Amino acid sequence: MTAYEQWVALLTLMRKEVRRYTRIWSQTLLPSAITMSLYFLIFGSLIGSRIGEMGGVSYMEFVVPGLIMMAIVTNSYANVVSSFFGSKFNNSIEELLVSPTPNHIILLGFVSGGVSRGMLVAVIVTIVASLFVDLNIHSYLVVVAVVALTSILFSLCGLINAVFANTFDDINIVPTFVLTPLTYLGGVFYSLELLPDFWATVSQANPLVYVVNAFRFGVLGVSDVSVGFAFIMIGAFTLVAYFYAAHLLRTGRRLRT
Amino acid sequence: MSYALEIEGLEKVYANGLQALKGIDLRVAQGDFFALLGPNGAGKSTTIGVICSLVNKTAGTVRVNGVDIDADFPRAKRHLGVVPQEFNFNVFETVEDILIHQAGYYGIPLKTALERIDTYLAKLGLLEKRKTRARMLSGGMKRRLMIARALIHEPSVLILDEPTAGVDIEMRRSMYDFLREINEAGTTIILTTHYLEEAESLCRNIAIINHGEIVTNTSIKNLLRELHCETFILDSRQALPETLTVDGFELTRVDDYCLEAQIEQGQDLAELMSQLHERGISILSMRNRENRLEQMFVSLLEQAS
Repeated sequence: MTAYEQWVALLTLMRKEVRRYTRIWSQTLLPSAITMSLYFLIFGSLIGSRIGEMGGVSYMEFVVPGLIMMAIVTNSYANVVSSFFGSKFNNSIEELLVSPTPNHIILLGFVSGGVSRGMLVAVIVTIVASLFVDLNIHSYLVVVAVVALTSILFSLCGLINAVFANTFDDINIVPTFVLTPLTYLGGVFYSLELLPDFWATVSQANPLVYVVNAFRFGVLGVSDVSVGFAFIMIGAFTLVAYFYAAHLLRTGRRLRT
Repeated sequence: MSYALEIEGLEKVYANGLQALKGIDLRVAQGDFFALLGPNGAGKSTTIGVICSLVNKTAGTVRVNGVDIDADFPRAKRHLGVVPQEFNFNVFETVEDILIHQAGYYGIPLKTALERIDTYLAKLGLLEKRKTRARMLSGGMKRRLMIARALIHEPSVLILDEPTAGVDIEMRRSMYDFLREINEAGTTIILTTHYLEEAESLCRNIAIINHGEIVTNTSIKNLLRELHCETFILDSRQALPETLTVDGFELTRVDDYCLEAQIEQGQDLAELMSQLHERGISILSMRNRENRLEQMFVSLLEQAS
């Protein structure tokens, strides 16, 4: 395919993905706004006011970046896993597989759907958060970079999950038993300084720790880990996920017999 | 001669050890209307799967219009349009969206795609269903949608896997006309079907596959020429006697007014009529018991096994 034809194929996939989740906005965009409002209300306003400061800022301010990031992670992941598995389930993935669309365009197309939904939800949740707390962004560059990298990383993870999934139950196992615990243990609601040394060290293996702290640095200017190191770790996780997803598409594992 | 499809030594062994294809050799000339026949599980769909990249081959080579799929599969895919046996589109999308997406995957810009959608939907009688979600279409309409989708990038080779399954007779005939039309315009068509009369009426050449091997690969005319005998059903005006014999002919009494006659190649049908007339039996009507190709198909499969 020429570069122009690849561009057309990519735009087609992006259009299809964006139309898919906007058509069912009440299932894809609205729940995050409601859930995060409850988090802000309960953990931020009601309980947070009794906790006081954490990491040098009010507890409400402290949890906001983590909650926004939680919404980005779950939405970018959910978008790709459900879309790709849905295509596998109804065999419409064959439309793509029999076409000359290169694997990197397929990957990019699905990931762009996840990234756009993640970013759209981030904007919605940030608007909701601004009703509870004044947000003064410390570094727009860091914020945008972390949001982009994180949504790419978890879109890729969603695609990998979808490739291996055989049933709709399989696409819920990872978010329920892996993603949610990692998010809660990733420092959304607490500073790593509160953990005993052993658990603080164990937390270093959790990619959500870097995602949440880098984003918190971008918003508030505070972080439990070095921001440079956090970017290196997020980048490394993203590269590993990208090459593994590309490998799965190239070999056709679980896609071609 | 230029070939639309060349397959050499194609083998496929599935992960469970099943050897679906055992070194198939097959050539389809450009512009041909070709039938690939075989019983269920013979290897037809596996062969098509390999050609269109849904099945990874174990060994062998496949060339589409001279392009080796191992060397440049994306270029080979541009020549191919595939209509699979099972519906494989998102039923929640509209007819138009399904076609726009497929065109896009081939790098066709939206404006061109919309023009082609008009053309193919009109030819296939689906223009009014353009904005209808695919799940609202009848089985026959869904199958025609898959044909439109396979043609949207205007391939030179169209592969149809059981295209008329579930399609009513009237629609089947109009589909035949459409396929003949695009074949006459130069598109090579490769068809797998269970309707053997479909192959006989549409195709010029045929390959029969069984247990992953090509049993025969010849023209339909040659194949039918090899047929040694035909069975005719004769309806009598008078009630037939309990036992009826005619020298030189094998007859079977079906009921009081109907009998079957085996006519060997070279035997004179008028002689049979004459002898029956001498016995006071006049024949009201006569027809073939079954499709001739079907007889040949069964006979070849029996020989192969």
